Amino acid sequence: MLNYTLRRLLMVLPTLLILVIFAFYLMRLAPGGPFTSERPLPPSVMANVLERYGMDEPLHVQLWTYVKNIVCCFDFGPSFSQKDRTVNDVIAQGFPVTLTYGFWSAVFVLVLGIPLGIIAALRHNGFWDYTMTGLAIFSQIFPNFVLAPLLVLLFTLSWGLLPGGGWNGGQWQYVVMPAIALGTSYMASVARLTRGSMLEVLNSPYIRTARAKGLPERTIIMRHALKPALLPTLTYMGPVFVYMITGSVFVDVFFSTGGIGQDFINGAYSRDYAILLGLAILYAVLTFALTLMVDLLYAWIDPKVRAGLS
Amino acid sequence: MLSVRNLHIRFRTGDGMVHAVNDVSFDVGASQHIALVGESGSGKSQIALSIMGLLAKNAEVDGQILWNGQDLLATSQREMNRIRAQEIGIIFQDPMSSLNPYMTIERQLTEIVEHHEGMSRRDARARALEVMDAVRIPDAKARLRAYPHEFSGGMRQRIVIAMALMCQPKLILADEPTTALDVTVQAQIMQLLADIRQDFGTSVVLITHDLGVVAGFCEDVVVLYGGRIMEEAQTTALFEQPGHPYTRGLLRAVPNIEDPSDALTAIPGSPPSQHRFPQACPFAPRCVDAVDTCRDTLPMLHKGRACVRPVEELT
Ligand SMILES: Nc1ncnc2c1ncn2[C@@H]1O[C@H](COP(=O)(O)OP(=O)(O)OP(=O)(O)O)[C@@H](O)[C@H]1O
Ligand code: SF4
Ligand SMILES: [Mg+2]
Repeated sequence: MLNYTLRRLLMVLPTLLILVIFAFYLMRLAPGGPFTSERPLPPSVMANVLERYGMDEPLHVQLWTYVKNIVCCFDFGPSFSQKDRTVNDVIAQGFPVTLTYGFWSAVFVLVLGIPLGIIAALRHNGFWDYTMTGLAIFSQIFPNFVLAPLLVLLFTLSWGLLPGGGWNGGQWQYVVMPAIALGTSYMASVARLTRGSMLEVLNSPYIRTARAKGLPERTIIMRHALKPALLPTLTYMGPVFVYMITGSVFVDVFFSTGGIGQDFINGAYSRDYAILLGLAILYAVLTFALTLMVDLLYAWIDPKVRAGLS
Repeated sequence: MLSVRNLHIRFRTGDGMVHAVNDVSFDVGASQHIALVGESGSGKSQIALSIMGLLAKNAEVDGQILWNGQDLLATSQREMNRIRAQEIGIIFQDPMSSLNPYMTIERQLTEIVEHHEGMSRRDARARALEVMDAVRIPDAKARLRAYPHEFSGGMRQRIVIAMALMCQPKLILADEPTTALDVTVQAQIMQLLADIRQDFGTSVVLITHDLGVVAGFCEDVVVLYGGRIMEEAQTTALFEQPGHPYTRGLLRAVPNIEDPSDALTAIPGSPPSQHRFPQACPFAPRCVDAVDTCRDTLPMLHKGRACVRPVEELT
């Protein structure tokens, strides 16, 4: 197991390098650049600017410098579009924001979604089952860009309970609505997924065996059915968790949280190669970490997978 | 001890009722072994499941299943849970899928006695070791920690049997305990079940489609076809003079040990549709002895056989 983890970690660096090279060239292929605008800069000024950001060099030299700076000094370079800020600054400011509300959103998704799915499976075709189906449909017709204004309408404008936007260092009042707006549709998916797999597990022969042992229903569910029923949700939550902690563009913009979702959009509009590349690396690292975690959890639950790892 | 009276099992399905078991009655006495024999789909497993109260949700059951005078079809869930494993154990048809792949063998064995007998984990483990020795799983102590997928088919079957033995029930329902296994392992498992009667005096309902495994193990045989009893008799009598064309067909499908050159003949044709309640002998389409009366009367079980023609006339 430890061996496996180490092997996986060793694979991260070469993969990241390939990703960087790929993304680096791909971005430059897109028309335009960080300094093109409707009123073109005079050629002499342009040359100056390009030189300042090292963009007058051939591409592979730029790439080399970029990688070298990351490896030696963890320096992702200056932002092209935001004056006097480095990519490190931008991420250091925006990522804690999305990490905070994304994390709480994931907690909301799991703490509500899983029990709801289980109850719906146990009360198959009962009240809770229909409630859950209703919720799933609700989150489908109220995607977050409808849900968020609705939340603000209720919690801010009608009842005055929560601030309608801003971040304020991540005080809980500012976290609640972004977390809910971001998480609701995922929560419905988790509930549906859990319900489906729980129903399937409860119909499996080994659950029938557990029943034949005369165990109480509670024990059967907690001891025999729960772990296998959570496997699909686990697989699903890996990538979703990455989306969540890197924030959603919509949530960042709507609630003015100042998270990196917003930076990503700005970066894309202004061809801020440095920001885009920095964020791409962040996503990649998080995805690696989360898939590794999911795989390890999977192995912890499923002895067959565990045997395959060592 | 166990008395099944006029058992009917029907399933509601998308295209109508499936009559899986019709008017089946039989008795099992203390430390008696009886066999339920029939082709695939004849309702054997459903009878076993109904005794355990484990039928699928779309099932409708009629009749009585008396366990020491108590009707299991009318008992509370709670009482049923007490009887399960402790008084009646079951060995399911497929040992591959009936073990929980996510739990160690140890836990799957110990939880039974921890629950029913309030044993501590230590005592339960000691019992598990005892039982694993009894079903001859080598190196039991080390194997307790293993998961089902780490065992061979024969060993898994032994584990499933061990599971049924944990509380030393008075009756074990063994649903095709040897079907998935090769011949030598089959013989070992049957020997094991025979030893269990010696050691614990357990009664066994052996479910099988192979009359061959019945001889020398069960005193009585119930032959099922299309969810109905075709014939019931003592094993010796049945082998000497089978009283029903279907039984004769089944016997011809048993390998002859004395004369292996003797060709095996499976009964031609396929099991009946169970969507309608038959008005004729369900076996008629495949019966070599069928006459016109067979096609317009449903033969009733009489003197141990459900056939309109007298024994002497059968081929
Ligand atoms: N849940 C269900 N819904 C509908 N029909 C069912 C259901 N369960 C069983 N049946 C039907 O009941 C009949 C009897 O099934 P059963 O499992 O008892 O057969 P069996 O004698 O054990 O056969 P096998 O040797 O294949 O195990 C079959 O025709 C099967 O299709
Ligand atoms: S009743 Fe007729 S068809 Fe049915 S088993 Fe007897 S002889 Fe054959
Ligand atoms: Mg069966």
